[in-house]
Amino acid sequence: MDLFLQQVVNALSLGGTYALLALGLAVVFSVLGLINFAHGELMTLTGYAIFFALAAGLPYPVALVLGVLVATASAVVMERVAFRPLRNSNATVMLLSSFAVAAMLHVLFQNLISARPKAIPAPQFLMRNVEVLGLQIGAVQLVSIAVTAISLLGLTLFLRRSTLGIATRAAASDFNITRLMGINANLVISTAFAISGLLAGIAALLWLFQRGSVDPLMGFLPVLKAFIAAVLGGLGSLSGAVVGGLLLGFIEVGLRAYLPDGMQAYREAIGLTIVIAVLFFYPSGLVPRREAVR
Amino acid sequence: MLLEVRDLDVRYGAVHAVRGVSLAVEQGEIVALLGPNGAGKSSILNACLGLAPRSGGSVTFNGAPISRLPTEIIVRRGLTLTPEGRRVFPHLTVMENLKIGAAANAKLRRETAGRVEEMLALFPALTDRRTQLAGTLSGGEQQMLAIARSLMSAPQALLLDEPSLGLAPNIVDQIFDLIAELKRRGVTILLVEQNVELSLAIADRGYLLASGRIALAGTTAELKSTGRLERAYLGIA
Repeated sequence: MDLFLQQVVNALSLGGTYALLALGLAVVFSVLGLINFAHGELMTLTGYAIFFALAAGLPYPVALVLGVLVATASAVVMERVAFRPLRNSNATVMLLSSFAVAAMLHVLFQNLISARPKAIPAPQFLMRNVEVLGLQIGAVQLVSIAVTAISLLGLTLFLRRSTLGIATRAAASDFNITRLMGINANLVISTAFAISGLLAGIAALLWLFQRGSVDPLMGFLPVLKAFIAAVLGGLGSLSGAVVGGLLLGFIEVGLRAYLPDGMQAYREAIGLTIVIAVLFFYPSGLVPRREAVR
Repeated sequence: MLLEVRDLDVRYGAVHAVRGVSLAVEQGEIVALLGPNGAGKSSILNACLGLAPRSGGSVTFNGAPISRLPTEIIVRRGLTLTPEGRRVFPHLTVMENLKIGAAANAKLRRETAGRVEEMLALFPALTDRRTQLAGTLSGGEQQMLAIARSLMSAPQALLLDEPSLGLAPNIVDQIFDLIAELKRRGVTILLVEQNVELSLAIADRGYLLASGRIALAGTTAELKSTGRLERAYLGIA
């Protein structure tokens, strides 16, 4: 039972990170119809920003905040440089542009920094276990779950309460009509990218706490997983992204914990088979995006 | 002239939807734009707001050219459109739909609460529905919400695209009463409609559009008297 509860905590912590990343992809997709494959590079940028901030002698908390800010700002700049000039072309062109951004950043990281991982040690207090209700739980996992919960709450409040948040939701359902409200289309799109960058930055922190280093491909795997999570939940659906992220976390942790040793080599394959099975029964995802009624 | 369209051309790829249309709307008028399906009526309205591809001609509003401006800037200048099919935001509540209608600038946002009350007074049917999702409203309520949402930006001129489409006759009457009320409140209206009779009853002037061209123009009295309207509709004008 204890083992089971610990695995639930692990699943929530991993799934929460996927959820934040999938949400970032979903926010942009819902407004612009673009899957931003350079989303992972925002995570990597956070990693390098923290690495250099620490190397420059900045205090740890400042470095973390700076890392998240770099991801947020980079997302906005990325839209301005790589997507806005292509706004009137079709979604495939923007998709290719996002691949190009990802590839260019990889090469820049490799050539200007290093192909090898740079260490970012997690702070001491995160290395301990905490006793909660008689369970030994890693502080990293607890912090991950708390940070994910706070981020989701903050995003929900922003989308429900603020004018810009309501405008972002409106744009996700009908972009042209949102412009008919006199709302600046560029502002809404920049906001969507800022949200996605902020979430990628936060997810990067959680990811870094777990693995303790940054390398040029750091963002690749988690964002690939987040993409799967977003599809699993229903592409473009914000609640779907969260559901998909958590479910993927539970599938992965569950297989790692309970699959017999001899089959661990097939863990990823079995996990993806489960994903395909879910999509077989729910082709538009578990919480499909609600289209505007025309 | 408050709104002036000159030699407007709209093409969607190979389809030439609007061919050199010129029309004008004066301050305080209701002008009806009539014509059969596919005549190009909606394209003209959409082109005025920068939502349809204008391949030639110009649009001026309050004497200033607006044809090259982005949609949101045109709306901020006081011209707006209630689109065909209502297009309320179905997953936003009635209140959120109204609020977003006044999001264009800081002045409007400050006045939001007051304007919402004004709209609910004008559209009492929406009052009990304010926390409901707009997608759950009836067609007539959605149309009222769509018009109220447009009015939240305090427009000088409102372009109304097929407000009676798909609505029950008694609701259609309500909508037309409302349009007449808006005119009394000083809103200038360009109305696209299939319902010729009701439109001519409240409009000052009208244009008849056929195959992307103006086939007939005049005051409503002129349009009604000659019998040319029927012939134009049947394509024998």
